[in-house]
Amino acid sequence: MTGRLYAMCLRHLYLLGSSWPRIFELMYWPTVQMVIWGFITMYLLQLSSVIAQASGLLVSAVLLWDVLFRGQLGFSLSFLEEVWSRNLANIVVSPLRPIEFMAALTFMSLIRTLIGVVPAALLAIVFYEVSVFALGLPLLAFFSCLLVLGWSIGMMVSALILRVGQGAESVAWLAIFLIAPISAIYYPVDVLPPALQVLAWALPTAPVFEGMRAILLDGTFRLDLLVHALALNAVYLALGMFCFLYAFHVARRRGLLLQVGE
Amino acid sequence: MPQHDEAIRVQALNKHFNGVAVVKDVSFTLHRGETLALLGANGAGKTTTISMLLGLLLPTSGTITVLGEDMLRHRYRLLQRMNFSSPYVDLPRRLSVRQNLMFFARLYGCPKPKARLEELAQDLDLAPLWRKSTGKLSSGQKTRVSLAKALINAPEILLLDEPTASLDPDTADWLRGYLQDYQRRSGTAILLASHNMSEVERLAHQVRIMRAGEIVESGTPRALLDRHGRANLEQVFLDIARNQRQADRTVEEALS
Repeated sequence: MTGRLYAMCLRHLYLLGSSWPRIFELMYWPTVQMVIWGFITMYLLQLSSVIAQASGLLVSAVLLWDVLFRGQLGFSLSFLEEVWSRNLANIVVSPLRPIEFMAALTFMSLIRTLIGVVPAALLAIVFYEVSVFALGLPLLAFFSCLLVLGWSIGMMVSALILRVGQGAESVAWLAIFLIAPISAIYYPVDVLPPALQVLAWALPTAPVFEGMRAILLDGTFRLDLLVHALALNAVYLALGMFCFLYAFHVARRRGLLLQVGE
Repeated sequence: MPQHDEAIRVQALNKHFNGVAVVKDVSFTLHRGETLALLGANGAGKTTTISMLLGLLLPTSGTITVLGEDMLRHRYRLLQRMNFSSPYVDLPRRLSVRQNLMFFARLYGCPKPKARLEELAQDLDLAPLWRKSTGKLSSGQKTRVSLAKALINAPEILLLDEPTASLDPDTADWLRGYLQDYQRRSGTAILLASHNMSEVERLAHQVRIMRAGEIVESGTPRALLDRHGRANLEQVFLDIARNQRQADRTVEEALS
């Protein structure tokens, strides 16, 4: 099993290593976002006491949001690479099991996310003296929660592409923005209308970003929010895995595996 | 009862899509060291049958026994001992030839991947292409690389879907010669789906002609030629196709 996982990761690392534009693209958006929000923060510092209390609030939110976005995109794009290169049939007639394929895609998502987010986080220290690493150990918990949610959504998006074909590939870029307004990234859940607050608390993103604000504004670590996020993550991960594996099963029954990418 | 020299035994295989039968009651046996060709017009059910043999598609009913084991139950174990090539499936274009073959060698769990790559490079003259992007190869070069991928795990069974489609006559001839030589050396069983009758005459020990999902003719190439009193398989194939069209017209006339 580990040999096959290694093979899949090697294939994607070859791809990344042979193309500097791909690596550049991974780092580009997180860095641009961080720079823009960094300047907005500098401006707001002059106006807002809340921002003055925690100058890293917006930059940290941007960087953490990008963990979710890159995590989802990392999974979906690694899957789409196989579709675009018409290599999916070679993979599904190999001894690689769907669960191993899924594990390899999650590992590649982690690599892609780290390549994208770590340089932006380091530049934030240089440019604005804002260190997301100052969140300490809870940062690891937030990072993990968002990454796992990204994988779950990536699995659902890939399942959709398997089911309806490449026509659904734009969903890979759009899916995450559907939940952005109710994820409480830049504002607390309280500002949402009551009905949307219910939806917000049903996503792991809201407790993660509320937890981040609790640390940066109040200096307290809210274990209840972390447990809330972890519990929801377990549900979403199980759902994502089910969708991905079920889509494979249906594709085998309906003969879709040779057609994806055509 | 499966025999130990059987590579593939297919019994009463059926596949329905939305109630329409696309493969009907197909049965055949492929022995080790033998080549069996599935012939048929487009839509005859060849690719669907191969897809079921590879586990890409679940049969509606019937059994597939590969190397003495049930394919549906032991699919992943058996896929390690098989391989597949089709002109309709590509290798990742941006990876170099060596990277591609290394990836597949590890995916198939080759015990000594570097040594296997060197063997294939020598056998198929791939060393000059080693660092080239797979997407930049000519169709002849790509054929050699796809073949190397299909042989990477020294498969006991090789499934080839239209292996010479889109190749020039020289490259196609080279490929047929290579496959014959490889089979003599390795004893690999080959299942071939093709439209090319001269290819089938040259490579196949057994032929099954499919029409509308069914096997309508079977035997050695020689036996089929004798049965139809024809000089080549192309004429046999046309006889069968035209008889079907005539039969269809008769039914339509009777109904109208």
